[in-house]
Amino acid sequence: MWFALTDEQATLRDAVDDLLTAECPPAVVRAGWPGGDPAPLDRLWTALAEMGLLAAAVPESAGGLGLTEVDLVPPLTAAGYAAVPLPVAETAAVAGPLLAAAGDPGGQLAALVEGRCRIAVAGPGGLVPYGQRADLLLILTPPDGARLVRPDEVATTPVPTMDGSRAALRLTGDPVIGPSAGTRLDVPAHLLALTADRATLAASAQLVGLGRRMLDLTVAHVGTRRQFGAPVGSFQAVQHQLADALLGLELAAPAVLAASWAAATGADSRPADVSAGYLLAADAAERTARAALQCHGAIGYTTEYDLHLYAKRVWAIVAAAAGTDHHLDRLGTAIGLPAATAEQGGRP
Amino acid sequence: MDLRPDPADEQFRAEARDWLRAHRPSRPLPSGDTRAGFAAHLEWERTLHDGGWSVVSWPRRYGGRDASLWQWLIFEEEYAAAGAPQRVTQNGIFLLAPTLFEFGTDEQRDRILPAMAAARQLWCQGWSEPGAGSDLAALTSRAVRDDAAGGWRLTGHKTWTTRGAFCTHLFGLFRTDPQQQRHRGLTYFLVPLDAPGVTVRGFGRFDGDEGFADVYLDDVFVPDADVIGEVGAGWRVAMATTGSERGLTLRPPGRFTAAAARLVQLAGDRPDRLTGRLREQVVRAWLGARAYHLFTLAQVTRMLDGDPPGAAASLNKIHWSELDIALHRTALELLGPDAEVDAEWTRGFQFSLAGPIYAGTNEIQRGIVAERLLGLPRR
Repeated sequence: MWFALTDEQATLRDAVDDLLTAECPPAVVRAGWPGGDPAPLDRLWTALAEMGLLAAAVPESAGGLGLTEVDLVPPLTAAGYAAVPLPVAETAAVAGPLLAAAGDPGGQLAALVEGRCRIAVAGPGGLVPYGQRADLLLILTPPDGARLVRPDEVATTPVPTMDGSRAALRLTGDPVIGPSAGTRLDVPAHLLALTADRATLAASAQLVGLGRRMLDLTVAHVGTRRQFGAPVGSFQAVQHQLADALLGLELAAPAVLAASWAAATGADSRPADVSAGYLLAADAAERTARAALQCHGAIGYTTEYDLHLYAKRVWAIVAAAAGTDHHLDRLGTAIGLPAATAEQGGRP
Repeated sequence: MDLRPDPADEQFRAEARDWLRAHRPSRPLPSGDTRAGFAAHLEWERTLHDGGWSVVSWPRRYGGRDASLWQWLIFEEEYAAAGAPQRVTQNGIFLLAPTLFEFGTDEQRDRILPAMAAARQLWCQGWSEPGAGSDLAALTSRAVRDDAAGGWRLTGHKTWTTRGAFCTHLFGLFRTDPQQQRHRGLTYFLVPLDAPGVTVRGFGRFDGDEGFADVYLDDVFVPDADVIGEVGAGWRVAMATTGSERGLTLRPPGRFTAAAARLVQLAGDRPDRLTGRLREQVVRAWLGARAYHLFTLAQVTRMLDGDPPGAAASLNKIHWSELDIALHRTALELLGPDAEVDAEWTRGFQFSLAGPIYAGTNEIQRGIVAERLLGLPRR
C-alpha cells in the first residue's frame, strides 16, 4: 500500500506544470475566446505534443508513452489549473487510447502522436466543446462503436457558450451523423464504458485543478485587499468559506486518483470509484467557484479579472459530464442500495 | 502508487477479524458513559488487552504489538465493522499516550503506559475550564511551586471532563507562571483523582448520559515526576496532543465506513421510506466516509514519508464531525417515527452533535486551516 505518485508521475506532472505556467497564462486562455489570436494556442499544442502528453496513453508500439489513467490524472489536473482552451483531455485521455484499441482503422494515430491532429469529443445534445478548433470529432455511438469524422463531413454549426474559450460546435444533421461519414471504430461495449469513465476521470482531474486555481487566486486577493481597515482574508466569514473550499478539494483529489487506479488496474470497483471521484470533484469545484466569487466581491464579477475564466470552465465541464444524477444512481447501485421506491413527501 | 494491501497486512486483518468475532461481547453493552456501562466496558477492554489487541500500534514492551500505521487503520476498520464497543479508555490511549511517547521520560512511560493498556489506570482529559473551552490559552487553573515537597500545588476548576467521574487519573494544563500571558507559562500535569483536595462531581450531557464531570482542585499536591515535558512548555506539549485528537487517532475512518455500511443496510431494510431525496442523502453520506478513508490513506503515506500532518489534522476534524452528523441525521429520516425511540441511531445522532464542538470547535479548526494551511492573514 502506497498512496502517492511515483517519481516518474511527479516528474511528468512537474514538466506539464512548468510548461503551462510559461505557455498558458490567462492571456492565452483569453486567446481562446472569440476573436482571439490562435497562434499561441497552436504553439501550446505543439509543445504539449513534444512533451508526449497528447499520446501519453497510446501504447509505445504506436509511438505513445504507454502510460495509464493514473499517470494522466496529475497532468490533466495541471491542464485544469491552467484552463487550457484546447481538447487536451479529450485527445489524450479519450481519443488516443480508444483509437489505439480500435486498431487505428483510419490511420490517424500517427498524426495524433505528432501533434498534427486535435480530436474533440461530442457530448450530450450533440455539443462538441473545442469542435471549432479540432481536426477530428469523435462521436461515441454506444453500445458498440464510435465514429471519427472531419468537421466538414457532418452538419455542424458553431454555438456561443458561457465559457467562450470552449469554441463549441453543435452537430445538426438528422440523424446527427450520416451513416457513411468518417471512420467507424468497432469497439466492444465494455471498451466504450471504459472510454466514458476515462472522460469522467479527465473531467474530475480538471475540476480539481480548476478549484485549486480559483482558491489560489482568492487567497492572494483576500490577503491584500483591505476593507474596514483590515485585509479581507482576516475576517472569519471569509476564512471559513475558503477553509471549506480547501477541505472539499483535499478530499476530492485522492478520490480521483484512487478512481484512476481502479481504471488502470481493471478493478471491479471502477464504475463506483469513478462516480465517487467525479461527485467529490464536481461538488468541490462548484463550491470553490461560489466561494471564490463571493470572497472577491465585485472585482471577481468582471471579465477584466481572471476568475471568470476558471469559474466558467467549471460550469462548462460539469454541464458536459454525464450528470450528477447518473453518478449518484450508479454509485448507489454499486454500494447495494435499492432503487428509490417511496413517494416523495409521502408519510407511512 | 499501489493501493493493494500487503499480504502481511491482510494476514493481520484476518487475525484481528477472527479474534474480534470470537471475543466481542455477544450483546451491545450499555453506554460506557454511565457508571454501570463503564464497568461493563472495562471488563471488555481487559479482555481486549489479554488478547493483545488493546494498543496494537504501541511497542510490545508496553503491551502493544508494534503494528504499523496501515495495520492500525486495518484494526480500527475491523473493530468498527465487528460492532465492538466504543473504547472508554480512548482519552488515555489516543491523547495522553502519544504525548508520553514524544515528551515523557522512560520512568513515566514504564509507570503509566502498561497500566493504561491494561485498563487499570483510567485517564480523563483536563483541558476545558468554565472560562476556557476551545480557547485553551485562557486557562486560569494554577500550579504553585512547593520546593520543600519537590512538586507543585494545583488549584482550579476543570469541566466538561468526559467520563471524569469514573476515571482514576486526569491529565491537563495548569498555569505555572501567572506573569506570562495566554499560551506562555502553562505546564502539563498528571493528577490522580483520589489525591487529597480533588473533588469530582458528575453531571448529565445533552445526550442524557452521566458522562461529564466537574473536577475541582484545592491545593492538590503533584510531585515533579508528574510533570510532562518542561515546566512552562505545556502549550507545545498539549498542541502535539490536540493534533492527534483532531486527526487520525481519535477518529480513524473505519468508524465512519462501518457506520455508512450500516446506513446502507438500514436503507435496504426500509424501502417504504426510501425516496429519491433520501437515497441521494445515503449515497452522499457513504461517499463522505469513503472520501475520508481515501484521504486518510494519502495522509498516512505522507506521514510514513516523513511529513507529519500538523495543521492538516484540522481538515480531518471538520470532515469527520460533520460527516458523523450527516450519517446519523439520514438514518433518523429513514427510521421515520421510530427516530424518536431511544435506540442506537438516535443516541448516536445526539452524540454526533458534540463532534463539531469537542476537540476544538469547528470554527477554531476553520481558522487554523485558513491561517496555517492557506496562509490567510491573522485578525
